[in-house]
Amino acid sequence: MTDTTIPTVPAVELSGLRVAFGKTQVVDGVDLRLERGQALALIGESGSGKSVTLRAILRLYAPGRSRIEGTIFAAGRDVLALDKRALSEFRGGDVSMIFQEPLLAFDPVYTVGNQITESIRRHETISARDARARALALFERVRIPSPERRLDNYPHEMSGGMRQRAMIALALACRPQVLLADEPTTALDATVQIQVLLLLRELQRDLGLSIIIVTHDLGAAVEVADRIAVMYAGKIVETGTARQVVRDPHHPYTIGLLRSRAEGAMDKGSRLQTIPGSPPDLANRPPGCPFAPRCFLVADRCRKEMPPAAAIAPGHVIACWRGEEASAAYRAGPTPVAVEMA
Amino acid sequence: MSVIPHGPDPFAMDRGGPAQPLLSISGLVKHFPVRKGTGPKRVVRAVDGVDFDVMKGETLGIVGESGCGKSTTAKLIMGLIERDTGGMLYDGQAIGERAMPWRSYRRQAQMVFQDSYASLNPRMTVEQSIAFGPKVNGVPGRQAVERARALLARVGLEPKRFAGRYPHEISGGQRQRVNIARALALEPRLVLLDEAVSALDKSVEAQVLNLLLDLKAEFGLTYIFISHDLNVVRYISDRVMVMYLGRVAEIGPSDSVLAAPGHPYTQALLSSMPSLDPDNRTQEALLAGDPPNPIDPPSGCRFHPRCALAEGICAGREPPLAPIMPLHRVACLARQPGSGHSAAPAEVLAA
Repeated sequence: MTDTTIPTVPAVELSGLRVAFGKTQVVDGVDLRLERGQALALIGESGSGKSVTLRAILRLYAPGRSRIEGTIFAAGRDVLALDKRALSEFRGGDVSMIFQEPLLAFDPVYTVGNQITESIRRHETISARDARARALALFERVRIPSPERRLDNYPHEMSGGMRQRAMIALALACRPQVLLADEPTTALDATVQIQVLLLLRELQRDLGLSIIIVTHDLGAAVEVADRIAVMYAGKIVETGTARQVVRDPHHPYTIGLLRSRAEGAMDKGSRLQTIPGSPPDLANRPPGCPFAPRCFLVADRCRKEMPPAAAIAPGHVIACWRGEEASAAYRAGPTPVAVEMA
Repeated sequence: MSVIPHGPDPFAMDRGGPAQPLLSISGLVKHFPVRKGTGPKRVVRAVDGVDFDVMKGETLGIVGESGCGKSTTAKLIMGLIERDTGGMLYDGQAIGERAMPWRSYRRQAQMVFQDSYASLNPRMTVEQSIAFGPKVNGVPGRQAVERARALLARVGLEPKRFAGRYPHEISGGQRQRVNIARALALEPRLVLLDEAVSALDKSVEAQVLNLLLDLKAEFGLTYIFISHDLNVVRYISDRVMVMYLGRVAEIGPSDSVLAAPGHPYTQALLSSMPSLDPDNRTQEALLAGDPPNPIDPPSGCRFHPRCALAEGICAGREPPLAPIMPLHRVACLARQPGSGHSAAPAEVLAA
């Protein structure tokens, strides 16, 4: 927050990130930049590589079974160069993460308070009493009702929404600069989801936290994020401010995602616009743009050459040969997707 | 037309005419005992007195938070768990009695579950799974397989490519198509879809929703569509029922319930849907905290501890489900004339 000395250093910067498991290239050249104090949503469907990208930032994948190429800078550190010890300081201390299913992320045999104080004492030299006081303050910060009592709860004694709040408290325990959230609200009820999203927004504002949230729900992304990056088959196909991506999409995949939402249907009972087909097999990646087989604007060039990422407006980047046509089709009206899966 | 033998099935044909509800539920109750220590016996009031009708050819959406009893209701309707009390009529015929045993009812009512993988037998190919129901009901093997293949084609899975595959060999969207095909194999009139599209990606969800609409028109189906996604429910349903802690909070035409909700809970649910407008993000959550525990539901109106309109009277009196408009019924004292709630509309005196 008082970091005026190096104002241009982003909170997270990925360049040319590639992650492969065996022959499957799950993340295929991702460039991403998260400014300090910003919230970025990484959206995409299952298998698009969004969670893998996020986990790669913390190097959560065993080196023997995965191959990471490219560079990852987070909170001012070169993540791929960290040794074992520095890495465990980095995780939780500089960058921490919350997961989709808090019941699985917590250890069931220790109380939640125990796990938070353990994390604090692992990173800092601090008395048990002070650590507990800090855990209590964190619980108050994430607005868990009767926090004193809740610290002594086991994870299964809490409800889903409360567990997710407790996990956010755990993630914030060592005052990280960056918070990574992997589908934090997918397992929650809509009424609880909005509370957690609002909490994330509040933390970003009050603590100056930089946040990357991975989600498949465009609505959740718009609620928290300043910027949105859309991923498809291991590549980022469109990045921009939330406004640019939602109001003025230029990539046919983003357009398809927006169009296929049920609230976008013009009339009740009228058919929804869908994206035909299904995502490609990442082990046998076709040449060219991975979205080409499902795209309503596909041209010969798309099948041969991967389009480079190009800025079409300040901060708005797409990887598509025919972005202008796609945008025109989107603005023209709701019927570009003619092909229907049989 | 029907491939199912045993002569004409009396329930496959329409009996009561279009005005008679296909399914009529009254006073449905299901309590689950909780065994915990030696204390007093306690029960989870999962479904606690629910009445509703499902008209022929309509789609009834059921929405609510987790623990509100929507899935239990679906299981009770299917007879997957036994109801404590309550009446269930299928086209005017009481279910489970001699005239209509469960077996012949289940031929008319089928269900699609949320978890597309867990609901298929992993050791059967897709085709075997679909043909299983008809075979059990006496269809000769070859004919059942033929029908399975026709259904696979109908739900958009090329039989040549997919018939011999096992559930783990196909994607989630494809599996859910198989589940839908299996549900249709017995030519039911009623299909229950319990969060059937919730686990799917958005673009696949749209494909499956389109398929459901097509099948409904083609086979003249009636749907009960359970979901927590109000946008999907608004899109697919003719009528919507909102449940809260085992009771019906509001029921009515989906245009009127979701556009002008009468119950404060429905309003809160609607306002908690994320907005897609970056300039108009949600500023405040109308509901704080998690849905309460159905073990000890609050007295009176079950929603009163979380309700912005709650008054003293709400804790003492359980609001009846009363119409605020024709067909649109709401269980809220603030909407009922003469209830004693200060926000209640003035009582209309009968002239």
